[in-house]
This record gives sequence, C-alpha cells and structure tokens, in this order.
Amino acid sequence: MNKPVLQVDGLSMDFGGIRAMCELDLEVHRGQIVALIGPNGAGKTTFFNCVTGIYNPTAGNIFLNPPDGSKPIRLNGLKPNQVTRKGMARTFQNIRLFQKMTVLENVMIGRHCRTSSYIFGAVFRTRATVREERETVEKSYRILQKVGLAGAVNELAENLPYGAQRRLEIARALATEPFLLLLDEPAAGMNPQETRELDELINRIRDEGHSILLIEHDMKLVMSLSDKIFVVDYGRKIAEGSPREVSSDPAVIKAYLGEDIDA
Amino acid sequence: MFSLEQLKKSLLVSLWFAFLTFPLLVIKVDPIQRTVLWRWENMVLVAIGSFLVSLLVRVFNQHQERRRERRAAGGIAEREPLIQVILREPKYLYPLSAAVLLCSLIFPHLVSTYQTNILITALMYVMLGLGLNIVVGLAGLLDLGYVAFYAVGAYSYALLNYHFDVGFWMALPIGALLAAMFGVLLGFPVLRLRGDYLAIVTLGFGEIIRLILENWNEFSQGPSGISNIPRPGFFGVELSLESAILYLYYIMIAMVIFTIFVVNRLQDSRIGRAWVALREDEIACQAMGIDKRKTKLTAFALGATWAGMVGVIFAAKTTFINPASFTFLESAIILCIVVLGGMGSIFGVIVGALVLILLPEYLRALSDYRMLAFGAVLVTMMIFRPQGVVANIRRSYQFRANPDGEGQ
Ligand SMILES: Nc1ncnc2c1ncn2[C@@H]1O[C@H](COP(=O)(O)OP(=O)(O)OP(=O)(O)O)[C@@H](O)[C@H]1O
Ligand SMILES: [Mg+2]
Repeated sequence: MNKPVLQVDGLSMDFGGIRAMCELDLEVHRGQIVALIGPNGAGKTTFFNCVTGIYNPTAGNIFLNPPDGSKPIRLNGLKPNQVTRKGMARTFQNIRLFQKMTVLENVMIGRHCRTSSYIFGAVFRTRATVREERETVEKSYRILQKVGLAGAVNELAENLPYGAQRRLEIARALATEPFLLLLDEPAAGMNPQETRELDELINRIRDEGHSILLIEHDMKLVMSLSDKIFVVDYGRKIAEGSPREVSSDPAVIKAYLGEDIDA
Repeated sequence: MFSLEQLKKSLLVSLWFAFLTFPLLVIKVDPIQRTVLWRWENMVLVAIGSFLVSLLVRVFNQHQERRRERRAAGGIAEREPLIQVILREPKYLYPLSAAVLLCSLIFPHLVSTYQTNILITALMYVMLGLGLNIVVGLAGLLDLGYVAFYAVGAYSYALLNYHFDVGFWMALPIGALLAAMFGVLLGFPVLRLRGDYLAIVTLGFGEIIRLILENWNEFSQGPSGISNIPRPGFFGVELSLESAILYLYYIMIAMVIFTIFVVNRLQDSRIGRAWVALREDEIACQAMGIDKRKTKLTAFALGATWAGMVGVIFAAKTTFINPASFTFLESAIILCIVVLGGMGSIFGVIVGALVLILLPEYLRALSDYRMLAFGAVLVTMMIFRPQGVVANIRRSYQFRANPDGEGQ
C-alpha cells in the first residue's frame, strides 16, 4: 500500500501544565476522507493547530508524503505559511475570513503562495504579472463556481450568510492547491439542507483527488462521508476504524453518552 | 423624534459634564485680590452644550440603526455615494483628474509665492499620508513613529550635501533608500507585535531618532540644525527664489502623481491584497500561505521610502532643518490625515491632507483653537463616520456568464 499522505506519530501538546493532546497517532491515506471526532474540548482543534504549524507540538513527528511521490516532508518547526505551501490547507472552526475583502479576493489570497509577482511587477504591470493576475482571477472564479458562490464574487465576505461563509473558507483553502484539506467543523451552524449540499461538495472535492481530514460533530455527516474515523477524548485516541466499527465501540459510546452529553 | 428615555440619558450626561468641568470652568481664583470668582454662566453653557451634543449623537445613532434594520429587511437598496461612482467610472474620473491637474498646473501663476509655498507643504503631506497609508491603512500596522523616516530622509540630504556636496537629485533616491533601510530595521523587532504594543514601540522609535539627532552634536550638529541646504538644481542654472519655489511646486506635483500611480497599482496587486489580508486576520493570512515577515517588512520599507523622499524635499524646501521639525506631533498629524481621509483610500487621504494642512493655514485667526478644533473634528469623525471622509471600496470584477470567467 502507498504511504499515507499525512502521517502523525506520537503527537503531544502541553499548555503549561495541561496536556491537551497525548501521543496521538493518525494517518490519512491518499483519496480518503478521514474524520476526527470527540467530545468538546477533546483536543481536535489543537491537533489541527499543531499539524499546521500554528502551535509547536511538545513531542511527536508529523510527515507529509506528497502524492506525486516526492520525498517525505517533516512538518515539525515549519511556519503555517510554509506548511500551506507544502500542500496542506485548512479551514477554521470559528470562521476566519478576511471580512472587509470581497469573496473573490478572499479566494485570490489563497493563490498567493502559488504566484510570485511582487512590487516591481505590480508597479510596472509586466507581462508576467498581468498574465499571473488574470490566471489568479480565473482560477479563483472557477473555485467559487465549484462551491456555489459564483453569484456573490463582489460581495464583502462579512455580508455572506453563515453557511456561505463556511463554503468560502473551503474555497479559499482549495485555492492554495492542497493535496490534503483539513476541515474544522465545516457543518457547524448549517441547516439540514446546507449540510446535505456540504456532503456533496466534500465528496466532489475528494473525487477531484484531494484527501480530506475532517473534524465534525454532525454524526450523520461523519458516518456518510468518512472512510475512516479516529475518536479522541481528553487528548487521547480511544478508537479508530470504519464508521461501523467505531459506532459500536464501547469506549466511544461511553465517551459520548456515559460521561459527556453530546451537544 | 426622540423618546423620554433619550432625554433622560442626555440630561444625565449634561449634569455629569457640568460636574466634571466645574473646577476648571466655574471657579476662578484671583490671587491678587484674594477672591474667588464664581462663573456660573459657564456651567449653564457647558450643561446646555453637552445636553444638545449628547441628544444629537443619540438621534443620529437611532437613525442609523433604523436604516440598517430596514436594509436588513430588504426594504431599500443602499445608494452608492456620488463620490464612489465618480472614482469607479473612468468616464467621470479621467476628465475630472485632468481638470484638477490643469488647475493645479496654472494655479501658482495666479497666486502669490506665499500661497504656492503653502501648497507645496500640503502636497508634501499628501505624499506622507499616502506613504503612511500603506502601513496603517492597507497593512493595518499602527505606526506612530513615521516621522522618524521623514527625518532620515531630510538628514540624509542635509548631511550628504554638507559633507560631500551631493545634489538634490542624487540625494532623493539615496534618502529614500536609507529610509527604507530604517523601515526594515524598525520592522524586525516589531514583527511579533500588534495593535497597542506596536504603536508604543514605533512611538519610541520615532523619539529615539529625534533624540539622537538632538544630542549627537558631532553627527547632526544637534539642536542648532543644518542650514544652507541648496534648493533643487535646474540643470546647473541659478534660479531666483520665486522660480525656485515654482520649480519645487512642479516637482511636488510630479511626485504626487507618481505616488498615486504607484500606490494605486500596489493596492490591487498580489502584495496589496496580502497587506489587507494581514490587516484583517493575521492567523488566517499565514494559514493561507502568506509570509507574515516578508509582507510586514515590505509594508514598513515602502511606507518609509515615501517618508524618506518627502524628507529630502522638505530639507530642500526649507533649506534649514533641525530636530524640532520631527516631533511626535508630526507623526500624529500624518496619522490624522490617513484616519480622517479614510484608511486605505487614496482619494480620501488626499482630501484629508489638503483639509488638515490648508484649513489651519487659512484660519490663522483661530490658531489659538487649532488643537481644540483638531480634537473635536477627530472625535466627531470617529462617532459619525469611522470609515473616514471617503471610504475604501474594494475593487469589483465582472464575469461573463460562460465558465471561463474574464476579469475586467
Ligand atoms: N492556546 C491554548 N492555551 C491553553 N489551553 C488551550 C489552548 N488551546 C486549547 N486549549 C485547551 O485544550 C483543550 C482542547 O481544546 P480544543 O480546542 O482542541 O478542543 P476541540 O476538540 O476542538 O473542542 P470543540 O469540539 O469544542 O471544538 C481544551 O481543554 C482547551 O481549553
Ligand atoms: Mg475545536
């Protein structure tokens, strides 16, 4: 079997005396949709923050294996922007769009790390810059069409409804051309109709060749999307496996129903 | 129009103000006659004044609130302000800019040299404002020490000329480059700082530069400054004072056009968008692959470059500089220009500079109240129009219906 695109070994994260994550192992294989679930405060977002370079993990190794077969990349110690350049992009649980920029510009920002024109090019409008700029606009527009926001390109991001903002975050992440996409609770705050559309969208993104790691509380969505599920509680992995295996795992049931009431 | 509740609140405000200003405005001690004057009429005025202002703000806010609600309910579409239409549509913008340019070109021939001089100053502040606008308006980095780079530019020309007889046109790029280097120098230590912390450190940086210039006599001749700085040369021709000023005026017009051109192109470029994104959300910005260090340093360096250029021009204009020209007040005025005009809006900054520099010049009679008016205007703006006189509108793109969209 191929190497996993994301391989995390023994990842731990301490905040002062609090151990938010304890020796977590996780793998995402190429073309898979993998879900990371667990009760509130289990450490899921912390995991994303460690993997994407926002936090510096206390221990453990994070490796990316690009699907083009080039050699593995160790992510430890890289800055968030470097991680994104290597081909892993994310969305945020509490939406972090550029509120005062238009929808299109938000996506164009995602193209930043795949383009290169700078001050000289911008001031003198060199041929290369003009071409690059046109490409940026076109590619961004196409991504917006894909997520169903083509009708709102010139709206300010802050004026979008909640569900659309979540999709815009996905669009922005896609613009960085990631082979692995990390989604932090993409369905939070969506109504059932929007959630169904999101289900479709995520499947479509996977079919286009992206691998996906997903944090989600909506169990119906998780069960229908995922190829594999990891369950964490208090920073520890308590189960992993197919949706069927996980949903009948006694430890998982205990974590969700026994001690914690699922929101 | 206003409810009893609002009247009550305003009344409370006015009482509070009357109480607060009581010791200052009502009691007056006459030390010679050893009597106390009670100026009760002041208290009445303060009470009435604050009551009216408070009520006005309340009514205005209520009005805004209602409008927002109606708009949210889908009642009325927001009407685009005339100024935004003009700025967006080339068919209005180009003829209008041409007319303004023409006016400004013939203007100095209609007025005295004194007036021209004032205009040169105003244009210098336009440039300074546009430069600071890159740092504060676009990249969102609150820089209170901007005047330091202005000083670097001015002193580069003065000292290079004093020691090595370097001319104005040589000094202009050198001053700009030196200022840019100082911009990076300041940028490095403040990379991790934001908001208030950044403001304080930059403020300190500005003061450090000024204090060095004031105290390092061997280097900068201290508080007595450097004099006899030559005006810009015109192909080796000696110019009379009047034509020299006229010449400087045209140089300034050219520089302002150059600045507008550059800032306008930067604004909608890859780097310009990165600045705005950095202003909006630093973490998301990095997560989208933008190098925070590089982007911030570029903003600092570019902003400083402009201050450096204006510094050189300033030295050439006044022919004499000393550290007193580079106090914090200068930074504050430039910042006011940006905030008042409209953060990130080129046209807004130009308007802000012209208003804030020209008005005080022509209202000399009221110069005692200048700072008071300054403060009042700023407070009023922050309440009624926090986005500035001219708000910054993001560029919009048109797409055809077919799948391969075309940017316009
Ligand atoms: N920067 C931080 N400093 C200190 N503690 C933190 C920090 N970030 C997270 N934590 C703690 O780590 C634990 C895990 O938080 P995390 O946000 O990862 O949970 P989560 O699984 O994403 O929960 P949710 O489902 O509510 O989003 C929590 O106890 C939280 O208080
Ligand atoms: Mg979370």
